[in-house]
Order: sequence, then C-alpha cells, then structure tokens
Amino acid sequence: MTAVTTRAARRPPPSRASRKQTRIAWGFAAPFMVLFLVFMAGPIVASLAMSFTDLTTRDLRTPFNVNLVGLDNYVRLFQDERFVHSLLNTGVFVIVGVPVTIVLAMLVALALNTGINKFRTVFRVGYYAPVVTSIVAIAIVWKFILQPDGLLNGFLGVFGISGPNWLEDTTWALPSLILMAVWRNIGTLMVIFLAGLQGVPKEHHEAAMVDGANVVQRFFNVTLPAMRPTLLFAAVITGIGFLQFFEEPFVMTRGGPLDATLSSAMYTFNQFGFGNYSYASAASYVLFLAIVLLSLIQFRLLKKED
Amino acid sequence: MTAVATPVLAQPRRANRPRSKWWLYVVLGLGMIAMIFPFIWMILGSFKTTAEIRSNPLGFLPEAPTLENYTQLFGRLDFATYFTNSVIVAVFVTLGNIVFSSMVGYALAKLQFAGKKLLFTLVLGTLMVPGVVTFVPLFVLTSNLGLVNSYPGLILPFLITPLGVFLMRQFIMSLPDDIIEAARIDGASEWRIFLRVIMPLCGPAVATLTILTFLGSWNNFLWPLVVATSEAKYTLPVALALYSVGQNAAQYGLMMAGAVVVVIPVLLVFIVLQRYFVQGIALTGIK
Repeated sequence: MTAVTTRAARRPPPSRASRKQTRIAWGFAAPFMVLFLVFMAGPIVASLAMSFTDLTTRDLRTPFNVNLVGLDNYVRLFQDERFVHSLLNTGVFVIVGVPVTIVLAMLVALALNTGINKFRTVFRVGYYAPVVTSIVAIAIVWKFILQPDGLLNGFLGVFGISGPNWLEDTTWALPSLILMAVWRNIGTLMVIFLAGLQGVPKEHHEAAMVDGANVVQRFFNVTLPAMRPTLLFAAVITGIGFLQFFEEPFVMTRGGPLDATLSSAMYTFNQFGFGNYSYASAASYVLFLAIVLLSLIQFRLLKKED
Repeated sequence: MTAVATPVLAQPRRANRPRSKWWLYVVLGLGMIAMIFPFIWMILGSFKTTAEIRSNPLGFLPEAPTLENYTQLFGRLDFATYFTNSVIVAVFVTLGNIVFSSMVGYALAKLQFAGKKLLFTLVLGTLMVPGVVTFVPLFVLTSNLGLVNSYPGLILPFLITPLGVFLMRQFIMSLPDDIIEAARIDGASEWRIFLRVIMPLCGPAVATLTILTFLGSWNNFLWPLVVATSEAKYTLPVALALYSVGQNAAQYGLMMAGAVVVVIPVLLVFIVLQRYFVQGIALTGIK
C-alpha cells in the first residue's frame, strides 16, 4: 500500500508538498553530504584519477600540475614482480584464511547453539574478545609468542620438537600470520552464525529426526541450506577484510622475510612512503577491483540459490 | 500416589532427553582458553622483566612482579600523551557519527525525497572501498589544508562512516510511522519531530553506534600512522607500532605493558556492554 502511495506522490510533476519534503530531507542530509563528498566520495574518485597520472611528492602542493600517463601505472604494476608477489600472498591469505575461519566459527556457533546454557555469555565474551582489541597491540603479543625463544617454541620443546623461527622463516611466516588472523576473526562470524542458526526452522529439524537423520546428516541437509545466505554474507565480509591485510605484516614482519608476507595493502603503503603517489593509487585500485570481483562472484552465488 | 504416575511419565521423557553435553563444554572451554590465552599471557608478562620473559618463556606467574614497565611507559615514553590523544580523537569521532548519522538516517528512513535511492546506494557502495584507496588523496588534501599532524586532521575523515548511517537508518525504520504522523498533525516541524520524538527513542541504536565507533576509532591504525607525524600527535596504536620496531622492540616486558594499555580499556568496556556489541553485529549483519 505504501508503495502505491509513494509512487503516486512521486510520478506526477512533484507537488509543492513533496518538493518541500525533499528540501527538508536534504537539509537533514546536508552536513553528512558535505563531509561525505570531501572525505569519502571525493578521495575515491581522486584516487582513480591520480592512478592515471604521474603525481609524486614534489607535486603535493600543486596536485593539478601533473601529466596524464594513461594506463602506464597499471602496466608497470603487473610487470613489477614484487607487486604480483604481494597479490599472490594476499590471495593465499584469503583462500586459506577465509574458509578456515568460517569452518571454525561454524563449529563454535553450532556447539553454543546445541543446548549450552551455562556459561553461554562467558563463552561468547571469550570467543569475541579478540575482535574488539587493537590488531597492533595483539600483533605485538603474538610476535613474542612466535619468537624463536618464545612461548610457542617453549611449549613445543616440552614435546621434544624444536620449532622454527616462525616469523623469520620464509615457509612459516605467512602461515603464522594466517593463524593469527583466523584467531582474531572467529568471534565476528560466530555471532553472525549464531543469529543465523536462530532462523533455521525447528520443524525441519524435527522432521529430519523423525526420518532418522543423524546429527551430521541434519547439519548438511537442514542447517546448511537454510544458512546459505548467512554463510555467503560471512564469506563476503571476511573476504573483504582479509584482502585488506595490513596491520599484521606491518607490526610483525614488515612484509619480510624476503617478501614472504608482503601484502598488497602493505605494498601500496610502501609506495606511498616512497612518494610514488600515483603508483600507490593504481595499486590500491587493483586491490579495490579484487574486492569488487570477489564480492560479485559471491553475490552471484547467492542469487543462484534464491 | 506419585509413585504410580512417575514411571509412566518418566519413560518417554528419558528417551527424549538430550544426551549429556559435558564434552561440548570441554571442547568449548579448551577453545576459549586458546582465544584468551594471549591476553592473559600479555597481562602477566607486563609485570615481568624482559630477562624473565626471555629466560623462562613457559613461566606463567611473574616471579617478582614489577611495575617498572608501566613507570617507564608513562614516564620515559610518554604514553599518557598518546592515551589522551586517542581519547580526544575517539570522543569527537563518536560525537560526529552520532549527530550526522542520525540526521541522515532519519531522512533515509522516514522522509520521501528526490535522490533518496541514489544517496543510499552511494553510502552502501563506499562500504566496500578499502582504506588504502582513499588515503593517498586524503593525505594530499589534508596536507594542502595544512592539517597534517593536527587533531582536525586525525578526526575529520572519520566524522561520518557508512556503517553508522546504515545502522541508524535500520533502527529508525523499525520505529512506527504513526507517532511521526501524530506529531505532524499536531503541527510539529520535521526538526522538532527528529529532536523530540525520534532521538529519544533511539537510545539502543545510539548506544550501539557509540560503542562501535569509539572502538573503531580507538583501534584505527592506517590513517593516524600517515597523518600523525610527530610524537605529540601519536595515538596509542601508532606509538605502540612504531616503538615495537625501534630500540624498544627487544624489551618484551615494556611492549607487553604497552599492549595492555591499548587493549584493556576496550576489553573492559566490551565485557560490561557485550550485549550491545552482539546487537550491533546483528543490526548491521543480518538484514
């Protein structure tokens, strides 16, 4: 009904009343719009524009006094082995990290959802605690845990295993950071999955139980299909987060050893530090494009299901 | 009397009763220990000397608890300044988000206007844009405005967040239209309705928004790292990250104490208000 009145009010040449409401509404939105255009939409467009120029530090005071170079920056990026390497690292981080996080968070959510009443809040607080804390601070603690003479190796030593120098070993550095990121992200997905599990119709479970389906069968045939939208949403937001992988390598490895943990965001930040502004902008847009692509793929999957 | 009834009733109930869940508690408990262990180790480590952490990595309780790390942190390294900076930035960022998000949220939720759909699409679209995309032009802009290394430079880009707008819109949409209609019939202006009718009902949403934006600002790293160029304007994460690669890096105890100063305030707030965090995720996450 509301849809009809809305359309009726909008389609004919705007009446005085609706024009007045438009004016009032934009009045409410005006302060937001100013900040949005200056600090968000503007920079997003400017970044794209910059990526087609040769802007560097020396042009900082006169950003319009630069040359257009077309796609040069992008061509250079994909000829730059370090950048391609950083993309691969980011890819590994996403492809390994996202599914592991989703599976672990799902297991925790399922466990919490199956008749755990006592300590429910305690568990929720415990699993969610890493989410609310600063990555920088936590990365420092993990850095000490992963030192050659640190907690993890001390623990492994009890079993007679001599652990590697996790963060200085080209094989182990990236997995170490993935482990930490998984640890940090389980809580968010746990909360989302718990909310999603509430929406799974109880009758379906009961029906499956009557048919003699066991716990595992019920999970795959009842819970999982009903949770599909929630799962895809979780995959999208976790994917977007993991693609922006920055604080962990910045604090723990600076992208080393031998670029083993160099992420695309880290690479962009370094280029910015060197004063290569246009080049950094192009790199950031490649990352943005990757995020859009990943999200589109996931939304496509979601649509197919509905 | 009951002796007759009980066995009959108890029989089917026992068959239906879920089996004991003790092993679930054990698994969840072990998992939780893995989740909170770094925090506990960090807090205990902050009371140890670096020598003790190095020589005895598996040691749990400090052998001779010392406040040395904290006195050094707040004395020599001036963490009190960084703490104050973090608080100032977070307070203004939070206030800005409450004011601007609720205003635009009201317009998006309850007013019909030309351009509404476009505005909402724009806001949602920016949710996907990673931080690294905007920080180069933002830095050029901030630098040209002469705001590098200043509070306005740290605060202005975060006075609005797409997430804040989204959250307020979702909540205000759930308020009944009737109260707004009633106020309109009584002759109240839209501003009056917003201030006197809508905002007083927004308590839960504002609480959630406050927590999420304060926390986001407190933990924010990339932008302060770029824009705070002198120690006087460092926020806590920036100071901690930069000290952790300098001369102080080898001082495990000191760095642990620094991490405690950054983490513990938000952890305490979270434990007290955890209900709102979960609400916030639910409000933004599920539909």
